[in-house]
Amino acid sequence: MIPNPQLNKNGELQHLLTIDGLPREIVVSILDAAAPFTEVAEREVKKVPLLRGKSVFNLFFENSTRTRTTFEIAAKRLSADVINLNINTSSTTKGETLLDTVDNLAAMQADMFIVRHAASGAPHLIAQHLRNIGADHIRVVNAGDGRHAHPTQGLLDMYTIRHYKKDFANLTVAIVGDVLHSRVARSQIHALNVLGVPEVRVVAPKTLLPSEVERMGVRVFNDMREGLRGVDVVMMLRLQNERMNGALLPSTQEYFKYYGLTPDKLELAKPDAIVMHPGPMNRGVEIDSAVADGGQAVILPQVTFGIAVRMAVMSMLAGN
Amino acid sequence: MRIQIANGRVVDPANGVDRPADVYVAEGRIVGVGRLPAGFAAEGSIDAAGCVVCPGLVDLAARLREPGFEYRATLESEMAAAAAGGITSLACPPDTDPPLDEPGLVEMLKHRARLRDFAHVYPVGALTVGLGGERLTEMAELAEAGCVAFGQANTVILNTQVLLRAMQYAATFGFPVWLSAQDPYLAAGGVAHDGEVAARLGLTGIPVVAETIALATILHLAQETGARLHVARISSAAGLEMIRAARAAGIAVSCDIAAHHLHLCENDIGYFDPHARLDPPLRSARDRDALRAGLADGTVDALCSDHTPVDDDGKQAPFGEAEAGATGLELLLPLTLKWAAEARLPLAQALARVTSDPARVLGIEAGTLGVGRAADICVFDPEARVRITRERLKSQGKNTPFLGAELAGEVRYTLIDGHLAYSSPL
Repeated sequence: MIPNPQLNKNGELQHLLTIDGLPREIVVSILDAAAPFTEVAEREVKKVPLLRGKSVFNLFFENSTRTRTTFEIAAKRLSADVINLNINTSSTTKGETLLDTVDNLAAMQADMFIVRHAASGAPHLIAQHLRNIGADHIRVVNAGDGRHAHPTQGLLDMYTIRHYKKDFANLTVAIVGDVLHSRVARSQIHALNVLGVPEVRVVAPKTLLPSEVERMGVRVFNDMREGLRGVDVVMMLRLQNERMNGALLPSTQEYFKYYGLTPDKLELAKPDAIVMHPGPMNRGVEIDSAVADGGQAVILPQVTFGIAVRMAVMSMLAGN
Repeated sequence: MRIQIANGRVVDPANGVDRPADVYVAEGRIVGVGRLPAGFAAEGSIDAAGCVVCPGLVDLAARLREPGFEYRATLESEMAAAAAGGITSLACPPDTDPPLDEPGLVEMLKHRARLRDFAHVYPVGALTVGLGGERLTEMAELAEAGCVAFGQANTVILNTQVLLRAMQYAATFGFPVWLSAQDPYLAAGGVAHDGEVAARLGLTGIPVVAETIALATILHLAQETGARLHVARISSAAGLEMIRAARAAGIAVSCDIAAHHLHLCENDIGYFDPHARLDPPLRSARDRDALRAGLADGTVDALCSDHTPVDDDGKQAPFGEAEAGATGLELLLPLTLKWAAEARLPLAQALARVTSDPARVLGIEAGTLGVGRAADICVFDPEARVRITRERLKSQGKNTPFLGAELAGEVRYTLIDGHLAYSSPL
């Protein structure tokens, strides 16, 4: 068995690359650690000195203002020095450039890399490389890689569910939309499974589901009305523009009609069901404004909790 | 030079031999096995005690990277690797730069490869100009220059009209056509088997239907044209089943698989190990097991190295951006032996798949220890265990999923045309 590259030999979290394979205790301990950080945001001085003197590099090979900003806020509230690097890459950019960049930043005494990359597995490659060059004191946090994982998003989603539902033991959760291309969905599926949610559903047309997705521990529904029946949590996924018209889907109109979350479809879920979305939303494509702005939506609290969860992850990786 | 290879166990599948015997070599040929030829006085002898003496291996797919990719490997480095791997004949695919689509290029390659220590090189010519899938190459001229078959390496001819014509034209001269089977639309952007592991890791999948649909096309066209078809690198159980059915229907088709497909599957990608980025992709454990069974029962004719030296820059990238391929010349024998041991096969049956069977596919007189044949011989210690390290590999390609593995079987001596091309440091 290949050792899990994000744990050290004592089984402690070294990097956060994916939720896949993380022990339940670690996932729970991150959620537990996040709770006190929500209070920091309510103080007049929104800062704690846990990462004072540490250099956190936001290493974004793929643009994302939103995710980068939340990591930046989280790091600054922990009193870290934050350096933002937006490295534009095309698909033709060679891997050596990536590792050259890493070598250079490692030489600048970085303490933590927050990595966003268009290729699945890029943060793993960086973590492996840091080990090879004897710089594995530098921590790596995956801020989204290709279709693979977005673990802090998965964790903040779990924090949100726990906040509203208290317990994972009796929940039915539906993940709706483009699972095939979604790193968020993969992290959510792993997190829900490791936390013991008895029924995790994915709801999508067959063109937006990976082969053998059921082996990840989900029930597959192609009919959204069936998939939403009796669920406690609805997790919507964003549909990327380039997928909307072509060989995957005929049109946004048809998608909205059959897979968009509208008030009437939401009525099939439990009356106290919550609605989540990782943002940014496509109103009128995957979600109706009436739902997005409605009483069951917890989309903005997700954002608030996201900062606390990211503070918890960074703080834990820094050894606190 | 007259050489006596003494005290070894001779395993010669082509002649049904598996017994202790001495092998006698003179003037580059085998002059006796077990029986001392009259008047033979050895000038040199090789002590093969504890070793197996078998025909030099015949590899149906070894990229030598010349011309065009000399920064990745050269004829010198890869021929040294072949000799160290006990390989004495090899076919090289046409995916060089430029591709092997002109007689001059083939003549140059043959000329460069004509050194005493070098394995016999059998170029596979390009079926279409530039491997572009549009215009036929001068196959007859290329055959005169030394091409033994025609193919497209890992590319396909999209236009079925052109494919039909190419196979007809090859059939006109009786040239074998070697094709790989992967539908480029279904495989578009794919980097791993479209299954559980790709789903979990978020990698774009290459479904098995990409293989079976392409295979259906080329099998139908082989039947239509009567071309001698060899399918390179079958990767799936379903593909193998189609080969079986085609044979049962009377279609002349042979096929091979790569040695890494015999031992690895999608799970070996682990956490995005770029060494496991291979083309065709490593498929499910069930597919791997079917390939193993197919190789044992003869549905698969030959096991090849699919040797593809890739430099470190090509591999040190996120999985999907890493280049496909692995070094293989020095692993072909140990991986064959590993399979034989695990499947409890007689050594002769296993060695046939890397000696006499690929020689038959190539249509060459090799892979045999028959008296009068060229003295292409491999002497190996089946018990010696070897750790695969970058330092040990003579190939310029240092990347293989088996790096760090300890495998049984170490080549002691390789003879090519009766000349000692390799002897292991003791």
